[in-house]
Amino acid sequence: MTLTEQTTERPEVRSVRRLTRPDPASRGRGGQRFLLVGLVLASAYSLFPVWWLIVAATKDRTALYQSNGLWFSGWHLWDNLHQVFTYQDGIFLRWTANSFLYAGVGSLGGTLIALATGYGLARFDFPGRNAIFACVVGSFLIPIALLTLPLYLLFSAIGMVDTPWAMLIPCLINPFSVYLAKVYTEATIPYELLEAARIDGAGELRIFFSIVLRMMTTGGATVFLLAFVNTWNAFFLPLTVLRGKENWTLNLGLYNWTGTRLESGIDLTGLVLTGALLSIVPMAIMMVAMRRYWRTGVTLGALK
Amino acid sequence: MIRSMRWKGAAFTVPFQLGFVFLYLLPIGYAVYESLFTEKQSGLGLGGATTEFVGLDNYTQGLTDSAFMNSILRVVLFACVQIPMMLLISLLLALFLDALTSRVASRFRIVLLVPYMIPGVVAAIVWVNLYSPDVGPLTAIGTSLGLDWNFFAPSMVWPAIGNLLTWHGIGYNMVIIYSALQGVPRELFEAARLDGASELRIARSIKIPFVRGALVLTGLLSIIQMLQIFNEPALFRNITPQTVSDSFTPIMIIYNQAFNAGNYNYAAALSVLLALILGVASFLFYRLTSKEAD
Repeated sequence: MTLTEQTTERPEVRSVRRLTRPDPASRGRGGQRFLLVGLVLASAYSLFPVWWLIVAATKDRTALYQSNGLWFSGWHLWDNLHQVFTYQDGIFLRWTANSFLYAGVGSLGGTLIALATGYGLARFDFPGRNAIFACVVGSFLIPIALLTLPLYLLFSAIGMVDTPWAMLIPCLINPFSVYLAKVYTEATIPYELLEAARIDGAGELRIFFSIVLRMMTTGGATVFLLAFVNTWNAFFLPLTVLRGKENWTLNLGLYNWTGTRLESGIDLTGLVLTGALLSIVPMAIMMVAMRRYWRTGVTLGALK
Repeated sequence: MIRSMRWKGAAFTVPFQLGFVFLYLLPIGYAVYESLFTEKQSGLGLGGATTEFVGLDNYTQGLTDSAFMNSILRVVLFACVQIPMMLLISLLLALFLDALTSRVASRFRIVLLVPYMIPGVVAAIVWVNLYSPDVGPLTAIGTSLGLDWNFFAPSMVWPAIGNLLTWHGIGYNMVIIYSALQGVPRELFEAARLDGASELRIARSIKIPFVRGALVLTGLLSIIQMLQIFNEPALFRNITPQTVSDSFTPIMIIYNQAFNAGNYNYAAALSVLLALILGVASFLFYRLTSKEAD
């Protein structure tokens, strides 16, 4: 599972290449410079919208409309933050807390269920195992609308629409997490270890909680991280199952603020932009803190 | 394996199985069931609605619904332009990174992944404002270049959304292609160089064929996403409802049928249709791309 990390470095390959390359001019300075220019241009394209967002969050309304968008003009970041957090009795804070609740608790539960399922599928041979795995892979193709609309009807039949449960329960079952957990189990948990533990008299539950889960920390962290990001970014599900402002996520709240202008004539552009910047911050912190995990997770999940 | 232990192993998957039945199979079954009925107003609409079994009527209605079919056509045509373009850029960047020393490459890789970290709704908010003639810098830049572009004009909506999707997706696709490239045995390059092959030739004849699988996969994922596109047009509609209609993409139609028109039965039939189309499209794409490889 550290597949990418290892291959990225490949120091020995590089030195060999340098020694035996017959014609260094074929990929000399000119070639490297060409590559660098291309990548710098691509980086600029990737970064300038984020840069613009940061700059915009520091401006007051007049500067937002009148000054050069790519450079600072006055410093009103604190005013803007104050406005975001106090507008409509601080509903933004509520949305932030909701997003953390759904993404945090939902992903934690979902990860635990996925690890248990992945372990069961990878290390036991029971009838129906292949059918379960076929369901997991097949469900990647099911459009969200096909699941979400009837789910809304089911939830409204049992009175769960517009409660946090409507967001939390769907997060518990994540086929992609199960798929990853199975791949990780195959890579990290040897049969011999399980046999040894059984001979020592450990029960299956005990083996799972004290051996398997502990050895799966890295894989589990990746599964959790990807599920967290997914839930944090979710839009169609919350839009469908959450009606009242109180239970909304950050995304839903910001979406609503962008539409407010048309309905009431109030311009919330400054608030929306500052709020949008804020909603990226937790993602950025998590991505940086867990860089090693998520990069391997993204690529492994896609390639295996 | 001992029989009792098999069942203990199966027990680990029980929570998932229960959840899968409740959150996947039951809703799909329910959607299929609902799609076979329709609500009819009895008399002059005073007697309340009654539910009637209509068989496949909702499906035939969906297949002849020009708004629905047009939305699918719109998305498919758009996918034919945007996905190859995005994948081509991702492939180029991955090849560029692969030709650099790994230290420099890892810096660029992180920078290029920044857009992918941003939630889709937030990315759409940022770009909608960048496009906006009042707040965004792009209109002013266009004017200074002598271009009189208006991103909210009907003819510009798809290029505008396409750019947003490309910006958002390049990093992710590049990482997948790049890690596939890392798997090419380096000896192949040496052999090719000794034979006098240029770097371009090596890229074309060794590297690109080698990452074919990764390209197929990223293409497939992009197609699945594209047929279900909702967030971006929904946000554009929030800002310029006159250019993005409420039947712009299939999921927008389904959402409107369910929540604005209150026509769940029809919405259910349309989502089943969309699922079938998605399945067929993925299958065809997979067959087409893997056949060529033989």
